[in-house]
Amino acid sequence: MSAILELNGVSKAFGAVVVADDQSWTLDKGEAMGVIGPNGAGKTTMFNLVTGNLAADAGVIRLNGETISKWPAARRCRAGIARSFQVPQPFAHMTVFENAYVAATQGAGLSSVQADKLCLDVLERTGLLEKSNVKAGGLTLLERKRLELSRALCAKPSVLLLDEIAGGLTEHECHALIQTIKDVRETGVSIVWIEHVVHALLAVVDRLIVIDFGKKIAEGAPEAIMQSDAVREIYLGLDADA
Amino acid sequence: MSTLTVTRRTRLSTVVLILLAPILIALIAAPWWAGRADLRLMGEIALYMSLATLWNLLAGYAGLVSVGQQAYVGLGGYLFFALTMLAGIDPYVALPLAALAGAVIAAPVAVLIFRLRGAYFAIGTWVMAEVFRLSFAQVSALGGGSGTSLSASIVRGMADGRAAREAMAWWLALGVAVLVIGAVVLFLRSRQGVALTAIRDNEVAARSLGIDIWRSKFIVYVVVGGLTTLVGCLIFLQKLRISPDAAFSVNDWTAFVIFIVVIGGIGTIEGPIIGTLVFFALRETMADLGTLYLIALGLVAIVIMLKAPRGLWGFLRDRYNIEIFPLSRRVTGLNKGA
Ligand SMILES: Nc1ncnc2c1ncn2[C@@H]1O[C@H](COP(=O)(O)OP(=O)(O)O)[C@@H](O)[C@H]1O
Ligand SMILES: [Mg+2]
Repeated sequence: MSAILELNGVSKAFGAVVVADDQSWTLDKGEAMGVIGPNGAGKTTMFNLVTGNLAADAGVIRLNGETISKWPAARRCRAGIARSFQVPQPFAHMTVFENAYVAATQGAGLSSVQADKLCLDVLERTGLLEKSNVKAGGLTLLERKRLELSRALCAKPSVLLLDEIAGGLTEHECHALIQTIKDVRETGVSIVWIEHVVHALLAVVDRLIVIDFGKKIAEGAPEAIMQSDAVREIYLGLDADA
Repeated sequence: MSTLTVTRRTRLSTVVLILLAPILIALIAAPWWAGRADLRLMGEIALYMSLATLWNLLAGYAGLVSVGQQAYVGLGGYLFFALTMLAGIDPYVALPLAALAGAVIAAPVAVLIFRLRGAYFAIGTWVMAEVFRLSFAQVSALGGGSGTSLSASIVRGMADGRAAREAMAWWLALGVAVLVIGAVVLFLRSRQGVALTAIRDNEVAARSLGIDIWRSKFIVYVVVGGLTTLVGCLIFLQKLRISPDAAFSVNDWTAFVIFIVVIGGIGTIEGPIIGTLVFFALRETMADLGTLYLIALGLVAIVIMLKAPRGLWGFLRDRYNIEIFPLSRRVTGLNKGA
């Protein structure tokens, strides 16, 4: 398999605080990779570096072998990287449908007719169709998270970055979400998923990486990683405040 | 699942669209039913509506809070005088030419002031306007600091007789208002407009969904610069006299315009239109009160900002979920609601 996304020695510091420490990993085409680690470890920051919301201090990021480290965020999205935001960023005065439509026309570059079709299709899959005409500012937190997923999908990504979208769901909803993400993967989209709801993550991903203090401290098959001492330590600590 | 369709029309927008033609015809016929003073006032309203619509696109959608749009109003006035009187160009050719020149000048200005953020951007736009004012005050061929009048031959050349001239001034003002509002509606319905509306709501998300924010804002700034220049031409064609202080007045061409947009509803197409009508209603009823009139304007602004922070139209729209100009895309055929 060939790599679709590749990080090589990527680092970032805010003043004296190192939030990404010499990170290197690759994502293969069609692969789903999970990311775990305690709060404040730098997982979201890692996404910000990949999408260009933050500029890396050092290191190289490649998409399909092309170096994209210096590209602005918009260009990276048009090249195929789409994300959901952990803290939802809706276009509050636009409707749910229009939020999706922005992604389809701008990110995916679709014509209006194609975009309408894609948005309706995606909103149905994410369970937001009934809310199509509601202003995004009026959605609940869970609905906003679904909107994040919907928008990212409407950008027709080849690499989809998901940041904690399963928290707070009922068992039934969580099951539906897992199925939706599996379906997306079936269409050939490569996925990186940051998630604290471990059972949801394990139902989808082929591989896990563990981030702590901005560093990748472990990587491997999900079961092996979950059994490792490093993870047990972190998750014992995490469970205490969860 | 029933068949879903996406449409922009609402019942209100259809009604307005049907009413638009007769209203427009009545307005075009104004020289036959309106008095001389009324016609002049209506022309002024049309031009202010255009300025407010343009400033709203800039500040309300692109987030470019300029307090220096008088730069382009003054530029328009001076360009029109210069092109017709100094270069001898036909006034009707000078209008589009000046608009084009305004856009061309706006491009490097944008590159310069886009480096500034927030309050510094606002200050930068004002400094730019001052630079324009001081520059035109140096041009002795246009009267320097004391200004000049449009030569009578040019005015006479535009139409035969006073009545025809006044009708022509009205039609030009009306035409520009229709052009500006129509262009903004079409722009906001286009791909670029969708991008701009997204930017208005959330720049972080817009960027991450493939929107080149700098480019979108640049296009808006340049187009608004060109069209504001055109409005400036017509303002000083009506006034027949220009001076640096009148041409680059921050009060007349920016402060009042901001007032209009804020009370009408920033970030909506309807807001500046309604705001203009309210502004002129206040002005016409209270003009004889002198300074009290300005205090009253201030009070109105404060009350509206407290009671309806999104302006009159924002208040109505949120309350009744209505839209006169069909911009939003609605899904019809949903099981519930719709
Ligand atoms: N823009 C920023 N400026 C300063 N510090 C930041 C910024 N963004 C994140 N951080 C810090 O970086 C660290 C990692 O944060 P984050 O990537 O959100 O962690 P995670 O997603 O793993 O919970 C935290 O200590 C956070 O406070
Ligand atoms: Mg996070």
